[in-house]
Amino acid sequence: MAVLLIADVNAGELSVDATAKAVSAAGALGDVTVLCVGANCKGAADEAAKIDGVAKVLCAEDAVLGHQMAEPAADLIVSLAGDYSHIAAPGTTDAKNIMPRVAALLDTQIISEVTAIVDGDTFERPIYAGNAIQTVKSGDATKVMTIRTAGFDAAGMGGSASVEAIGAPADPGLSSWVEDKVAESDRPELTSAGVVVSGGRGVGSEEDFALIEGLADKLNAAVGASRAAVDSGYAPNDWQVGQTGKVVAPDLYVAVGISGAIQHLAGMKDSKIIVAINKDEEAPIFQVADFGLVADLFDAVPELTSKLG
Amino acid sequence: MKVLVPVKRVIDYNVKVRVKADGSGVDLANVKMSMNPFDEIAVEEAIRLKEAGKADEVVAVSVGVKQAQETLRTALAMGADRAILVVAADDVHNDIEPLAVAKILKGIVDEEQPGLVLCGKQAIDNDMNATGQMLSALLGWSQATFASEVDVDGDSAVVTREVDGGLQTIKVKMPSIVTVDLRLNEPRYASLPNIMKAKKKPLDEKTPADYGVDASPRLTVVSTKEPEARSAGIMVGSVDELVEKLKEAGAV
Ligand SMILES: Cc1cc2nc3c(=O)[nH]c(=O)nc-3n(C[C@H](O)[C@H](O)[C@H](O)COP(=O)(O)OP(=O)(O)OC[C@H]3O[C@@H](n4cnc5c(N)ncnc54)[C@H](O)[C@@H]3O)c2cc1C
Ligand SMILES: Nc1ncnc2c1ncn2[C@@H]1O[C@H](COP(=O)(O)O)[C@@H](O)[C@H]1O
Repeated sequence: MAVLLIADVNAGELSVDATAKAVSAAGALGDVTVLCVGANCKGAADEAAKIDGVAKVLCAEDAVLGHQMAEPAADLIVSLAGDYSHIAAPGTTDAKNIMPRVAALLDTQIISEVTAIVDGDTFERPIYAGNAIQTVKSGDATKVMTIRTAGFDAAGMGGSASVEAIGAPADPGLSSWVEDKVAESDRPELTSAGVVVSGGRGVGSEEDFALIEGLADKLNAAVGASRAAVDSGYAPNDWQVGQTGKVVAPDLYVAVGISGAIQHLAGMKDSKIIVAINKDEEAPIFQVADFGLVADLFDAVPELTSKLG
Repeated sequence: MKVLVPVKRVIDYNVKVRVKADGSGVDLANVKMSMNPFDEIAVEEAIRLKEAGKADEVVAVSVGVKQAQETLRTALAMGADRAILVVAADDVHNDIEPLAVAKILKGIVDEEQPGLVLCGKQAIDNDMNATGQMLSALLGWSQATFASEVDVDGDSAVVTREVDGGLQTIKVKMPSIVTVDLRLNEPRYASLPNIMKAKKKPLDEKTPADYGVDASPRLTVVSTKEPEARSAGIMVGSVDELVEKLKEAGAV
C-alpha cells in the first residue's frame, strides 16, 4: 500500500507540525509520498523531505496552485491518484476544501477527520460534535481522507527523502484568488501550541480580551475563543475552537468565561489538563475541567497572570 | 437566477446525543429533529438574494426519510418557493452519504439548471463537510466553501471564506456552489402566516432512482461508541490554590 499525503503549505511555507503529525498517522498505511503544492514550494518540499518516514516528496510549483485553490489542486491530486491506495491530508481548511472534491472525482466517499487508523480499510472518526466515535470500513478502491492531527504525535525531522519536481495542471479558470486577511502574530499557532488560553462571551468586549491575551503571553500560549466571542466581535474568526472551528489538544487549556457548550467541547476536550474559570458554578465546562475555579474573571485572570512566575 | 438550497434534517443541536447500548449507532428514536443550522443560514441567504432582486426562485431540496418534508416546510415557511424531497431511506438511522447526496443533487441540478447552489458547510450529525465540494466536482463547477460573505454580481461572485489563517476572498465563475459558514447571516424565524402559506407551496417527491443514483453506502459502520470520559476534576477555592495545583501537575 502507498499513501499520497498532501502537505500543509501556506504561502510557500511548510506547516511542519500538521504535516509531521499526518505523516506519523499515515505511516501505518504504507510508504508515504508527500505532495507539496504552491506557487513557490521548493522550500516547503525540502523541509518535508526531512520528516521521518517520508519515502519521497513531490513538488508541484506553479502560479495556478498559488493559493491552494480547490479546482486545480484537486485536478493535480487526481492525476497522481493511480499510484496510491490512500490519499490523505491533515484536516486544515485547505484540505477540507480540496479533498472532498478529489474524492468525488475518484468516485469514492471521503472519510473526514480520521482520529485513528485501525487498518488499511478501517478508520475511526468523531460524529455529532465528538459525542460519538464511529468506526467505518471503506469499500472504495482508493481511500481519500483528512486526518485530525491533534491526537497524533509529530514524526521527527531526521529524514532525507528525495524531492522530485512535477508538472502542474492547466488552469480550469473557475475561480481566482482576490486577497487574504491574515493576522500576523508572534504567539504560537493555535493548533500546535502546548498551552491555549481561550475566552468566551463572559469576557464581554474586544478591549477586555486583552486580559486573555495577557494571560496567554505569560504562559507562552496561543489564544482561542468560543463562537459567541467571535460572533460578538471580541476575537477574530481564526481563534474559534470547536465543532466548526479549530480542534486543539494542548497540554494545558484554560477556558475563561466559556460556558462549555458541546460544540465548544468538541474542539478542546482532548486537552491534557483543562482549567475553567467561570462565575457560574453550574457551567457545564466544569464537568470536563481538571481544575475549576468559580470566580469573576475580571478578578481571577489578572491575579493569575501576576502570580504565574 | 434560480437558487437551489439542499437542507438536511438532523438531530437538533441542543439535544444531548446518546449512543445506543449495542454500539450500532446513535439513538434517534423520539428525539427532536431540526434543519441543520448551516442550512438555515443557506436558506436565509437565498431568500435575501431573492429580496435583493438577484434571484427569482429559491428551491429547497432534502434527501432522506419521508419526515424530511417537515424540514422542507420550514424552508418554505422561511421563504423558499418550492421544494423537492428525495426519499432515499425509510429509517432515520440510515444516513445518506455525501457522495450519494451529491449525485442526487447533480441530477436535480441537471433538471433545474440553477445558477447557484447554497449548501451548508457541514451537517452537524455526520460532521463530514463534503457534500458541496463533491457536488461541485461532479458538475465541474467552481466552488467557494465556508463563506462568511457572498456577493453575487452577474456571471461571477465574490466570496469571503473563513479559513485557518483568517479570511480569504476569492472570485468564482457562475454557476457556482457556495457552502456557508455560521457568520454569513442570522436566519429569520418563520412567521405564523408564512407557516400557513408554506403548507400550500409545491413539494415534489422523488426517489434516487429517478436520477439513476444508487444511494447505498460506501462506508460500513463497524461500531459506534461513546468517547472516552474524562476523569472527574476538582474545584479549587482560590487563584493561589489553582497556581499550586498547576505547578504540582507540572503544567506551568
Ligand atoms: C452548528 C453550530 C456550531 C457551533 N460551533 C461552535 C464552535 O465551533 N465553537 C464554539 O465555541 N461554539 C460553537 N457553537 C456555539 C455554542 O453552541 C455556544 O453557543 C457557544 O460555545 C457559547 O459560547 P460562550 O461559552 O462563550 O458563551 P455563553 O454560553 O454565553 O457563556 C458565557 C459564560 O461566561 C460566564 N461569565 C460571564 N461573565 C463572567 C465573568 N465576569 N467572570 C467569569 N465568568 C463569566 C457565564 O457564566 C457563562 O458560563 C456552535 C453552535 C452551533 C449551532
Ligand atoms: N441528505 C441531505 N439532504 C439535503 N442536503 C444535504 C444532505 N446531506 C448534506 N446536505 C447538504 O450538504 C451540506 C454539508 O453536509 P455534509 O457534507 O454531510 O457535512 C449540508 O449542510 C446540506 O446543505
